[in-house]
Order: sequence, then C-alpha cells, then structure tokens
Amino acid sequence: MKQDSTKRYEKLRERMGNGDIDRRSFMGLLGAAGLVAGVSGGIMTTLSRQALAAGTELNFEGWGGIVSEALRKHAFDPYEKKTGNKVIDATFGGEEEVLTKLKAAGSIDGHNIIHSSGITWYQRWVQNGYASELNTKNIPNIDNVMEAVLAPFRAITPDHLAAVPYDYGTTGIAYNTKYVSEEEAKKLGADLLLKKDLKGKIGGWSGDWANRAWYGALQSGQNPNNITDWDAVWDKVREHRALILKYWSSGAELMDLLAKEEIYVTEAWSGRVAALQEQGHPIGYLDPENGLAWMETMFVLKGSPMEEAEELLNFMLAPATAIAVAEGQKYPPSLDPTKVDMPDTVKKLPAFDPTGKLDGLVFREPDKWNAVEKEQKKMWNRVMKGA
Amino acid sequence: MAKATAFDPRPWYLLSPALLAIAFLVIAPMCFILVYSFYINVDLGVDEVAFQFGNWQDLLTDSYYHHAIWKTFRMAIIVTVLAALLGYIPAYFIAHTNFRRKWLLLLLLILPFWVSFIIRTMSWIHIMGNQGAINGVLIWLGLTDEPISMMYNEFAVIVGFIHVFLPYMILNVYVSLEGIDRNLEPAARTLGCTPWQAFREVTLPLSLPGLAAGSLLVFVLTAGSYVTPIILGGPNDFLFGNLIYDAVVSELNWPMGATLSFTLLFLLGLVVVIYSRFMGLNQLYKALS
Repeated sequence: MKQDSTKRYEKLRERMGNGDIDRRSFMGLLGAAGLVAGVSGGIMTTLSRQALAAGTELNFEGWGGIVSEALRKHAFDPYEKKTGNKVIDATFGGEEEVLTKLKAAGSIDGHNIIHSSGITWYQRWVQNGYASELNTKNIPNIDNVMEAVLAPFRAITPDHLAAVPYDYGTTGIAYNTKYVSEEEAKKLGADLLLKKDLKGKIGGWSGDWANRAWYGALQSGQNPNNITDWDAVWDKVREHRALILKYWSSGAELMDLLAKEEIYVTEAWSGRVAALQEQGHPIGYLDPENGLAWMETMFVLKGSPMEEAEELLNFMLAPATAIAVAEGQKYPPSLDPTKVDMPDTVKKLPAFDPTGKLDGLVFREPDKWNAVEKEQKKMWNRVMKGA
Repeated sequence: MAKATAFDPRPWYLLSPALLAIAFLVIAPMCFILVYSFYINVDLGVDEVAFQFGNWQDLLTDSYYHHAIWKTFRMAIIVTVLAALLGYIPAYFIAHTNFRRKWLLLLLLILPFWVSFIIRTMSWIHIMGNQGAINGVLIWLGLTDEPISMMYNEFAVIVGFIHVFLPYMILNVYVSLEGIDRNLEPAARTLGCTPWQAFREVTLPLSLPGLAAGSLLVFVLTAGSYVTPIILGGPNDFLFGNLIYDAVVSELNWPMGATLSFTLLFLLGLVVVIYSRFMGLNQLYKALS
C-alpha cells in the first residue's frame, strides 16, 4: 500500500509537472487520495489501518508561526496521509534550547528533525555528535537542490550529509513606510537602526548574538566575516540599545510589534516582512550592503528512524511541496530555479536568487563565527542588559 | 535521674515515603547543582569535571551579577508591597461580606489559574499596547490623539507580576481574616473605637500573619521569575532568573548557570528562614491547604 501511495503521488506530481493540473488541485487531490485510502472498504482499509497502526512518530522542531503553519499544511499533513507515519511538530525558541534539552536528557527521545539555522549550527550539531548519516539514495529529490547551498554542508561533513538545505532568506531591516521613506532607508542602510529621531520606536532581536554583531560590524564599517575590532562592534550595539523599545524574541513577537506600530524600525526576517506586507501593513524591507543571509536545513539527529525521516525529507523536497511551503512561509526553497520552474509568487519573495548560485548573498563563515562565539555571546548577553 | 525513653521508629517508617521523595526531588538535585557549579565550561555546551572556584569567584567579584541581584530584590519588594496594599481590600471584603455564596467569590479568585500564565501575561499587550483597549478608549473619547506608550517598561512588568500573583496574597489574607473572631471589632467599638481605630488596633494586627505569608509567597515567586520581564519588559527590565536563562540556554554554560541557580536558591532560602524565624510557617501551610 505504501508503494502504491508513493506511485500515486509520483503520478500526481508528474501530471502537475506536465501542466495537467494546477498546484492547488494537486494538493487537494493528494489530500483526497489519503482520505480515500483511509475510508475505502476492503483490503485498502485493512492495509491502511495496519499502516497507521505501524506508523512511526517523527518529532519535528521548528520556528513556529507562519513557518510551522506552512510546513504542517503543505508537508506534514500530506506526508502523514500518505505514509501513516505521524509528524509531531513543536516550536523552539532557538536551537540552544534544543541542545540544552538533549544534553539534560542524555538522549534524543522526542527529538528527530530540527529546522536548523544553517551552516554554523550544522557544524555545532556535528561537533556535538548529533549528526546522522542520510542515505541520499532515499532522497532522490535532493538532485534538485542548488549546489551552492549543498557545498557548505559537504565541506563540514565530506562523506555524508546529516541534513538537507531547505530554504534561505535574509535578516534585513524592516521599516514602517509611514515614518521612514524608502529613499531614507536606502541612504542610511544599516545605520537606519541607529536613527536617533526614532528613539523608543526601534526594535532588536534578542535571540541571536551573531545577528546583532553582524549589524554592529556593518555600522562600524567592518567586514562582518572578518571583524578585527570587537569593541567597536559592541559600542554600536550599545548605541542601538539606547534607542530601542524592546528586544523581541520570536517571529510572532516581531510581527506583532511592527503590525501594532509599537516599533517602526527593526532588523527582521525577510519572510516575516513579506507576510506583513501581504496582510496589508505598510512595512518596507531593506537588505543593506553585505546584509546577513542564511540558509536553513532539515537536520536529522543521530538515532532517529532514518528511513522514515528520509522519506519525509524527500517528500518535503518534492517541487510541489517545497514550492507550496515556500509560498506559505515566504522563504525561497533550496531548489535550483534553473532546474525547477518557480512560480511568480516565489520569484517575488525577498532574497530569491533566479541564478541558483546565491552569489549576491553573504552568509556567515562558520569557522570565523563559531570560533569566537563563547566569548562574544557572553558579551552580547551582557550588553543586551545594559553592561 | 530520668529514665531514658525507648526509641520509637514508627514515626520514621510513616515519614519515610515523604523523606525519600524530598531527598530525591529536592536534596539530590540541589546537590547536583552545587557540584556542577565547580565544573569548568570549556566551550559552548562542553563542560569539564573539576573542583575549582572560578564560577563562584566571578559571581562574587562581578558587579554585573550584583546589579541583577539588587534589581531582583528591588522588583520583588515593589511587587510585594503593591500586592499587599491591593490585595488586602478584596480579602477583607470577601471575609466580611454577608453574601451567602462566598464560595463563588473565592472561585472567581482562583478562576484565572485555569488560564495559562503566559496567556494572562500576554493579555496586557492587548490592554496597554498602542492598539490596546486603554488606548482605544482614550482615543475614542478624544482624550488623546496619539496612543500613550505604556508597554515594555518597568511599569508593565510590575502590572504583569501583580496580575499574576495577587490571588496568592488575597487568599492568604483572607484565610487570616476568616480566623479572627467576628465579635472583636464590634467589641472594640463598644469600648469607644471608631471603625478605623477598631480595624487598625484589632483586625489589622491579627491579620498580619496572613499578610506576611502572602508577602513571602509573592516575594519568592516574583524574585524567581524570568518570563514576565521577557514578555512585558524593555531592555532594562530583567531579573536574576534571566541571567540563569542566558547562562544555561543561551550560552550553554551549565557550570555558571548552576552557580547562579544555587545563589538564587540560597538567597530566597535565606528570606524564608528569616520569615520563619519571626513569623513561623504555620500561616503559610494554612493558606496553602
């Protein structure tokens, strides 16, 4: 039955690829197929029940909000219907939190797949011994993934992959167009976050020291991937702190603060800003020169049920699913746009690179950032509290 | 010479389940925390077994931590005093009302406990925020053109704390007031006291144990919090608990987190010991039961 469902799914996908059906119909048919398999009589029902009874549970942890909603709707629900496996999705505040839990528990029980923040965290998970070894033969859709996003991960684990890159985006600057013009935003660039006239109406992200330091480096005229004067970086962070209303700690909080006009300017994730814009809020978005780009992976922890996890990853990387998730979460997929035809909705997303090479985006160099993290993260936690 | 009484082990048999539970759930974790505080954090999430006092030295010599302790105790005192002032009135009303269904009033008091602490805290964003209820009414009445900024400062954090912890104060004071003989105040008045004098000379002193018990609870709960400042506070609003969170979850520095945790435990334990020395814990047990 499992094989039949997979074949049916492949046929459906092929039909969609041929233009026989649109994507919405495809997702509907996929759901209907699962429904039919579940409720039809005879041997199908029996097998379906057996499959459900024998289904494996996969624990997924991600960023919550619209990202989780998109994954649940476009990836997990259809996957569950197709396979009988169950995806239990949870929201984390950050990967540090997950690592703390794993260390405290001494096992990965309840944790299988992490929506991980790209290269620096990939290296950290690997160094902490949590890297699984994916059998990419079970993930044929990985062939459609951009080589530009695979290469940094292969550099860390040359013999295998423990994760598949899934999406990418930028952390630029969001601004309320009622109070800041596009011209002014472009002119000020990273210094927009230091605009004194907006004191009390500026926000900042508390969750990632490197994000703050990246902007501190830009504001102090340094190359973020080659910071030589950390004091200058933290001076700029202190300058920013003196102007802010609040350090926000989640994407939902970011959107709430901007939507309610508690703050007019903050660094922000491109997808969240796109979601706000879609909701009709007057929010502009600026990626300053050398602004921070990132890619996210679906990281499978060592000890997880690998075949089921690989099947889920393959399912998630299928163009139809990945594009639907991208549209939902507003981050471009990791699929190569020169191999997979992207709809306009994806092409219009902030940070989308039609070349598939991502040459225009600047990512963190893990060796540079991870090497100083212990010391500088402590500094950030102190500066954030006024030290 | 008095004859030595024979040792009776039966009470110890009866107490043993409770003692075991306390040993495993309280004493043992505390010991682990204490031992961990002597370890060395080599890198993020990587600790080395050791017996050294580096973390304790940092704690004792770094003004960053002292400032956080001061802020925490200051905030806890402010919240406790305000909760005592605001909580006494409803407690007095519930204790002295002739309303026959007094249980309904007590039910209303504990009703908020059915809603998540986080949700209750976040509700203030929709009350005091720029687009919240208060600003909405003020703008609708024409009293202001622009929203008044009330959120993400110390005031908002205090409001959030009082909202969440006030029922503990009211319940403690109520239990204390309920235990006072209802004839004492009228008796004082027949002896020439005004209503205010009767309250001040009779009722208030007799209800002080409940007030103290409520104050202890509110103080300890406030000082041990860290979520409320994150949700309602600005960059200057943090407590010692936030430093523990940073050390353990953000910096993955468990030895320092253990040192800070044990310090908070010690300081709050000291407060409880001082309270017990002067007030006794009996009133607290009564209210909690």
